[in-house]
Amino acid sequence: MIDLVHVEKSFGNNHVLRGVDLTIERGSSMVIIGGSGTGKSVLLKSVLGLVTPDAGVITLDGKDVSTGDRDAFLARFGMLFQGAALFDSLTVWQNVAFRLLRGSLKRPKDEAREIAIEKLRRVGLKPDVADRFPAELSGGMQKRVGLARAIAAEPEIIFFDEPTTGLDPIMAGVINELIREIVDEMGATAMTITHDMTSVRAIADHVAMLHDGVIQWTGHVRDLDQSGDPFVDQFISGRAEGPIEAVR
Amino acid sequence: MILLQPFGALGRATLQALASIGRVAIFAFQTLGHMIRPPFYGREFALALLNIGWLSLPVVGLTAIFTGAALALQIYSGGARFNAEAVVPQIVAIGMVRELGPVLVGLMIAARVTSSIAAEIATMKVTEQIDALVTLSTNPMKYLVAPRVLAALIVVPLLVAVGDIIGIFGGWIVATGSLGFNPAAYLKNTVDFLETLDIISSLVKGCAFGGLAALMGCYYGMHSGRGAQGVGRATKGSVEAAAILILAANFLLTGAFFSL
Repeated sequence: MIDLVHVEKSFGNNHVLRGVDLTIERGSSMVIIGGSGTGKSVLLKSVLGLVTPDAGVITLDGKDVSTGDRDAFLARFGMLFQGAALFDSLTVWQNVAFRLLRGSLKRPKDEAREIAIEKLRRVGLKPDVADRFPAELSGGMQKRVGLARAIAAEPEIIFFDEPTTGLDPIMAGVINELIREIVDEMGATAMTITHDMTSVRAIADHVAMLHDGVIQWTGHVRDLDQSGDPFVDQFISGRAEGPIEAVR
Repeated sequence: MILLQPFGALGRATLQALASIGRVAIFAFQTLGHMIRPPFYGREFALALLNIGWLSLPVVGLTAIFTGAALALQIYSGGARFNAEAVVPQIVAIGMVRELGPVLVGLMIAARVTSSIAAEIATMKVTEQIDALVTLSTNPMKYLVAPRVLAALIVVPLLVAVGDIIGIFGGWIVATGSLGFNPAAYLKNTVDFLETLDIISSLVKGCAFGGLAALMGCYYGMHSGRGAQGVGRATKGSVEAAAILILAANFLLTGAFFSL
């Protein structure tokens, strides 16, 4: 279980997180929604330690994430980045097997390659993609490779940062389905940030709305349309009028 | 109060400069720590050796040969004013080995390697590849910075040695081809005149300049701002800083070797 208690983060005078309280149950898929620049990525990166919160506590299974063995902590996570963040200098299979080629999870090269190809197949890519470089792939294929890399070491927790941004609706649908299937298959805990409502409905068990630095509403995805929260209502309907200020 | 504003600005600029020096010093010590503590990334180190060393040979060779040739012409022309044309081999040798070889190789490395390292790492930062490394339990300082700086420390002195030899050869071509020097006598004079300390100073300078060049590329890359502008600024800043530091270090090291 991931628990965030009154997490705050500012960048200069920009108070991005003003006291976020959120609980993500083990094995559930939490999707955090909110407008651009509301701090969703900062929140996700705070859990991973890529951003250090100014105040508050983040715990994983009751242990403060800022203390203890960092490698062991990170070995429990997989992450799909918004732009896939593949390493240009490595081939696709080396990207997918990155964690399996070094560190505590190191495997023999042949075995790591086999696992990489199996994971590529799992995300719908053929084995001949394995020896290509990321720059030779389309955006959708890069996202799939990123997804394969995120699941390569069978992590307990997977983070997805805007998984469908920049993809056409059909490819976005494919990625959404893959994420849901993989999370169910692996029994992993998932945390996704997005403002794509199709993704939310496809991926989420639970939804949290981040606005003005705090969680405005959280609940089951089936309650999303009847939340009664004016912020959520405006966001999911995409109206310009409402409590969320729309800059024109 | 208006009269005091320039002093305030000067004070702020001084504090910022000192803070920058402190940050670079901390970065350098952290890099040193990562170079000597495992894990070590052999593939990254080998690629850095290839990129900084082998692939820099053409530019280093061309720079050195033209500089040595021009130096021979200048010394011959200048020496003729007081009937000292015969010192061309000795002055070309000492000029290339003690000063021009290390400095020009250092500056070419700053132009070619520092810029490339800064742009590559800055782009990795902008595209979240550095964050991805962290989430994959890999320390970017160990994986990206330490191999590059270590490779530069090892390979740039070798490049300087090659540059020195090619520079002397450039002088030899001009001196024997158009200034009427005897080829064998030219080489003998060169070898006889050079001292071990000259060669040591050249290699030590190469080591220092290589380390500075790679360190600046990594530092600016890792501290790049966002977007294409951030990458551009990091690249420009890294080359400026490396060039200035190389020239300053050259002055200090020359002073130190003269005092021996």
